[in-house]
Amino acid sequence: MKPLREVGIIGYGAYIPRYRLPAAEVARVWTEGHAGLPVEEKSVPGLDEDTATIAIEAARNALARGGIAAQSIRAVWVGSESHPYAVKPTSTIVAEAIGATPQVSAADWEFACKAGTEALQAAIALVGSGMTDFAMAIGADTAQGRPGDALEYTTAAGGAAYIIGPREHSLAYLEGSYSYVTDTPDFFRRPYQHYPEHGGRFTGQPAYFKHITHAVEALLQELGYTPGDFAAAVFHQPNTKFPQRVAQMLGFSKEQIRVGLLAPKIGNTYAASSLLGLTAVLDEAKPGDRILLASFGSGAGSDAFSFVVTDLIQERQRLAPTTQAYIARRKPVDYALYVRYRRKLQMH
Amino acid sequence: MNVPRYWRSERTRYGLVGEICRSCGKPIFPPRDVCPHCTDEGQDVHPFGGKGQVYSFSTVYDAPAGYTEYQPYTVALIKLDEGPLVTAQLTDVDNEAVHIGMPVEMVTRKIKEEGENGLIIYGYKFRPVLESKSSRPDRF
Repeated sequence: MKPLREVGIIGYGAYIPRYRLPAAEVARVWTEGHAGLPVEEKSVPGLDEDTATIAIEAARNALARGGIAAQSIRAVWVGSESHPYAVKPTSTIVAEAIGATPQVSAADWEFACKAGTEALQAAIALVGSGMTDFAMAIGADTAQGRPGDALEYTTAAGGAAYIIGPREHSLAYLEGSYSYVTDTPDFFRRPYQHYPEHGGRFTGQPAYFKHITHAVEALLQELGYTPGDFAAAVFHQPNTKFPQRVAQMLGFSKEQIRVGLLAPKIGNTYAASSLLGLTAVLDEAKPGDRILLASFGSGAGSDAFSFVVTDLIQERQRLAPTTQAYIARRKPVDYALYVRYRRKLQMH
Repeated sequence: MNVPRYWRSERTRYGLVGEICRSCGKPIFPPRDVCPHCTDEGQDVHPFGGKGQVYSFSTVYDAPAGYTEYQPYTVALIKLDEGPLVTAQLTDVDNEAVHIGMPVEMVTRKIKEEGENGLIIYGYKFRPVLESKSSRPDRF
């Protein structure tokens, strides 16, 4: 898919909370240490953080890099599976905080871990149709995992924001995108339930691997590229192994996914996962680099994008904190503090 | 519900939006009807840069109702780069590491919740200035 008008990324911003829970802590409490660890550690939001505050900081960083007035943004869209309110948009809080109100469209998007890239597809279409010059798409989450469940090792928090605008102002322009979606219930959470259910191994082959490989293969075919044409590739990161395996299945090398593979250090940031991988790649990208982004959302689907970095990247990379600066800002917590920070203690 | 009260000051709280006095040109925070410097009434909206230093501080171990969930936390007087002194909570900081003169920057965070069914109140807090280059990570 490609819009009539050429578009690209004008600004991008990352945010990762300060706290980390080592996976060994979860294994210590629930398996006496006898468990394979899917990541080294995961990010944990502070007591005063939620999807709105995470999205706000990522959005401010995107604005700093974009160098445009907040008032020129005509859409603020936040994709998440952990919106602070069941009814009341996160996006209005974010739009107000960054100064984009009131001449703006705002809405929250949902599609498990690909809510953010779904918002990105829509932002590309809104700018690409000529309806507006600038639109912001955000993926942000404070993901929940049931105590003792396999998900508790990885469910993390973070956010990434992108401003889409005309290609001539972009630090990376879009070559094309592709979406592949089927009704595959590998992971879900019913209303009023705090923790999600998942299909265990069913989340792998028929869900994650099938949807990403189909989306990426179709995009490559549409654009006439092979994996060797890309400087870097980013895949959704529910753990360390899945993105490594899907890269191998598609013919991408370890080096191509190295910079964007953040799961070992921050876990699975859900709607922010692949989008944060892309901010990390853009932080180090050079003009001419072609980058593949492929998300995955349970339920299930994958959005794949191909971007080419422009000369404008170098002057904008340092205008906001890098993804690695947030990863380096690290305060480890033990399982007890984690339980308090994630409000898993019954106080009454 | 205190919704109108919170809604009225949203802009000020979310983004540290104050004023510049049209008469004497001095920055004002929070916004006021009358300039505290020259007592004139005309002011223009002015978003502050969000950078400042800790002027003084105190750590709260016995918080008032609505804030107990976050205790212990440090409240500080922040001297903004533009001049005004602002009272705000510090966040993302070890309380024992706070010191006078510490460079801080504004972030928008959850201030409190009006119970499980009520409004979530967001507003400015300050944290140590984030270093943009990687530093040595802490050990667990």
